[in-house]
Amino acid sequence: MNTNISAQDRKGWMSLLASADEARLSELWQGYGADPAFDWLRAPEAGGVMVRGRMGGSGAPFNLGEMTVTRCALVLADGSAGHGYVQGRSKAKAEIAAKIDALMQTSAADDLRAAVLAPLAAEQTARKEARAAKAAATNVEFFTMVRGED
Amino acid sequence: MYVAVKGGEQAIDNAHAWLAEERRGDTSVAELSLAQIREQLALAVNRVMAEGSLYDPDLAALAIKQSRGDLIEAIFLIRAYRTTLPRFGYTQPVDTGAMACDRRISATFKDAPGGQVLGPTFDYTHRLLDFKLAADGEVPAAPEAEPRREPTPHITEFLQGEDIIEREPASDAEPGDLTREPMAFPAGRAVRLQSLTRGDEGFILGMAYSTQRGYARNHAFVGELRIGTVPVEMEIPELGFSIEIGEIALTECETVNQFKGSKTVPPQFTRGYGLVFGQSERKSIAMALVDRALRWEELGEDNVGAAAQDEEFVLSHADNIQATGFLEHIKLPHYVDFQSELELVRKLRREAAELAENLAAQEAAE
Repeated sequence: MNTNISAQDRKGWMSLLASADEARLSELWQGYGADPAFDWLRAPEAGGVMVRGRMGGSGAPFNLGEMTVTRCALVLADGSAGHGYVQGRSKAKAEIAAKIDALMQTSAADDLRAAVLAPLAAEQTARKEARAAKAAATNVEFFTMVRGED
Repeated sequence: MYVAVKGGEQAIDNAHAWLAEERRGDTSVAELSLAQIREQLALAVNRVMAEGSLYDPDLAALAIKQSRGDLIEAIFLIRAYRTTLPRFGYTQPVDTGAMACDRRISATFKDAPGGQVLGPTFDYTHRLLDFKLAADGEVPAAPEAEPRREPTPHITEFLQGEDIIEREPASDAEPGDLTREPMAFPAGRAVRLQSLTRGDEGFILGMAYSTQRGYARNHAFVGELRIGTVPVEMEIPELGFSIEIGEIALTECETVNQFKGSKTVPPQFTRGYGLVFGQSERKSIAMALVDRALRWEELGEDNVGAAAQDEEFVLSHADNIQATGFLEHIKLPHYVDFQSELELVRKLRREAAELAENLAAQEAAE
């Protein structure tokens, strides 16, 4: 078990897993192959979190509405604990996310990063870029009409 | 005498069986999948998420299918489901300044840094029915251009440089939550915004329109309207740090309103704010107008007695689930209530008739 994991790194992969497409995550996870034995620390449960916004985008907070989230926690045989916090109501997705979170704290990290996290991140970036590219194509170019003598 | 009445179980079961059959419609027509509703009726899904006050496109699609497209019924289903979910916590306020914008326009600044980005809008369409959609049609891919990679700044930031628009006071005050405590008046702006964002689109639109027509006039410009996605970050207590727990689509509208100043504040522009789940442009503009109208007191404006200035009136009637619940309950059996009314009216008529008879007898005697 590797204890030299920065919170920043862990935040990065947990965040990536939280918004990952379930079907794609499950496919990559199966492609990775290993499925470690584990015990539940907290069985998957679906719930809601209250999303907040700020008045005027920058002022005092207010409650905007809830979103669904599923969470779970488990521990591997070597003692690595993994947490899954994912958007939506899929317990299977939360379970995969928690297993990946646990394995990322072991010597399996590099393999797992290459097999699951890197492709997920690349696809997420590509998806965002494609949307941004379509938005950019709708950016208005204004033309100034010169009127009068000079 | 009170007679308890039972019955109707069989009729109710049969009515629900027929409802299921009618919901499915003609079985020679292919059944709708939830994915089809989610992808192709996305704005209906957005409305159900916004007014159901629960961001989950798959659940909203299910609710729309189950309700046969009756969106208020769908919102009702989502609200009911929402109450069954354990609350894991509150997120950090989303940073709309970091939004990945699909659309971002300003009606006040032509050359806004970040550009006027139209996005997938109905604006400038001719509102003519497109009969090509009646047949199956392949859609050509939308054109692409060099994507913007840096965040798009808020328009109000530029006005703040000149100090010509009011500043939103920075604060981390814990906001009230109307899903936890019943509404009390005065509600305060945080609870007002929560109520407006989940309020009925038609009602908020009507209230906003009334301010434009002169009831609590506060001439509004759309300083900025942006639609896009933001990450949602939440502190995870068992980890001791925050992670992004997902990503949501939002529509944000900031209005810039005329304000002639008060005893303590020089003339400057004021602001109204709308923030709504999903692509919900009409709703967020309307919300911003109503938010601004409801701020009359803190800005030292006159209460002209307009409905849109009356916090209690607006917030008490904005919720379509409360409204439809109370409205529709009057169609349910009120046999006993009505029986007593019937008795009362008969008694009054009897008394009136007796009185008339007595008067006639008196006159005849005189």
